[in-house]
Amino acid sequence: MTLYVYSLLSILGINIMLATSLNLISGFCGQFSLGHGAFYGAGAYAAALCAVAGYPVPVALLVGALVGGALGFIVGFASVRLREDFLVVTTIGVSFLFVGFVRKQKWLGAEMGISKIPASGLGPEGNALMILLFAAATIALCLYLNRSWLGFAFRAVGDDEQAARTIAIPVSTYKLLAFTIGTAIAGLAGGLYTYFTQFIVPDSFTFILSVTLMAMVVIGGLGSTWGVVIAAIILTLLPEAFRFINDYRLLIYGGVLMLVMRFAPGGLAGIATSLTRRLRKA
Amino acid sequence: MTTLHVESVSIRFGGVRALTDVNFSVQKGEFVGLIGPNGAGKTTLLKIIAGILTPDTGRVVLEGEDVTRLPTAKRVRKGLAITHQIVRPFRSMTTLDNTALAAGYKITSNPLTAAFHWRRAQQSARAAEMLAKVGLAGLEDRDVSALPLGNLKRLEVARALALDPSIIILDEPLAGLNHREAERQADTLAALNAEGLTIVLIEHNLRELVRVSKRLLVLDGGKMIADGEPAQVMSDPAVREAYVGKADDHAAA
Repeated sequence: MTLYVYSLLSILGINIMLATSLNLISGFCGQFSLGHGAFYGAGAYAAALCAVAGYPVPVALLVGALVGGALGFIVGFASVRLREDFLVVTTIGVSFLFVGFVRKQKWLGAEMGISKIPASGLGPEGNALMILLFAAATIALCLYLNRSWLGFAFRAVGDDEQAARTIAIPVSTYKLLAFTIGTAIAGLAGGLYTYFTQFIVPDSFTFILSVTLMAMVVIGGLGSTWGVVIAAIILTLLPEAFRFINDYRLLIYGGVLMLVMRFAPGGLAGIATSLTRRLRKA
Repeated sequence: MTTLHVESVSIRFGGVRALTDVNFSVQKGEFVGLIGPNGAGKTTLLKIIAGILTPDTGRVVLEGEDVTRLPTAKRVRKGLAITHQIVRPFRSMTTLDNTALAAGYKITSNPLTAAFHWRRAQQSARAAEMLAKVGLAGLEDRDVSALPLGNLKRLEVARALALDPSIIILDEPLAGLNHREAERQADTLAALNAEGLTIVLIEHNLRELVRVSKRLLVLDGGKMIADGEPAQVMSDPAVREAYVGKADDHAAA
């Protein structure tokens, strides 16, 4: 395989981690976050600082996950009692705040970012394999959580918080937990991205990335792990296959999002379920 | 034995006194009806008992324990169950899952326990039992979004029963139902009370309420104006005045 393929697989793995972890927050637990890119970025910067300081790969990745999760915990704690639409506005703010903050910090390389990040030592194929293994582990975790009583309760909270409270579910704790797990995975993905590119800049973690990730979740089907994985694969590969439309990527994402919301609000997962039902009836 | 005790509860919203010095107790096994004209403070009182609102003064005691400052979820774990005036099913789930989730409240009370728990058979069996009790047997696998209002009202009761409560407070479970549905629902509640369940029923359907409840509380203008046997309360001049106005008012009109 060529370096291009390894690079594509790495990006694919990272996007799957980001989209499924966002699905855990928004799809499972009903908290719409448009700041996932910021938690990804926080993990990437933390891992990059560790790597530059000479810490081994597992430590840098762990720190990336912890920093992403800790930032998520703080934002989640501050907004756990907010109404859904206020949470969206808060996370948009976090997204802009993160990029604005990083751009002004000399110790984080400001506009130029952090370069000369040491390699993981695994080579391009080893890096890609490591990323894909983490992506597979993230999918497995999401599938497990969805089948457990934790996922059962997440769905109740996502459906109706007040009703969930009246069956003894500690709603705030569940929301905070979903936010922390989801953002920790985003932080871990940031650490993996750091070793993949060995060079990070603030522009890699902008609001546009957060919107793209939300598009993957909505198009895949809120709450469906496999639907979101397929949407992440399609939305990652599509711009690669049609490079000539790259400038219009956001226009196309927006158009697809509008079509999905209008004609298939359940996303790809909803379409699959509906088709399966029709086939069974026939 | 006292299951619920509401003591000197008052609350004010800005310049409006919503409840003033409300006192009452509910004994184990009682079927108490709570009535009052619109704006009397019934829903506010329910929200205070459920932990959605905190009173300015007074306290709420559940099974001998002061729960005034506890959140809703903790009160539910201590034996309080409430149903909603406007039905609130979990719309992404089936009828059975809605009820099974309530039956597994001891698991979901702790996210860590919930994360390591998979099996649902025991809770599903209990949920099916509760659904049968309220007349929803055979509808276990239905998506709740496809259920009519009458069945959704019954589902609210089944979900509350699955919590194995010491007291259940129902907020207008007959509202929006036709005459026959309301009668069936009231009969179901009376049967549950006969099995020993303590019930507080907030309702506008006076006909059914007087038929099934054994004691009636009346709120008007945020104050408790009557408490007693239903027929006696309904003939109380103060209660009649609260509902239909003074004789002079009618004469003037």
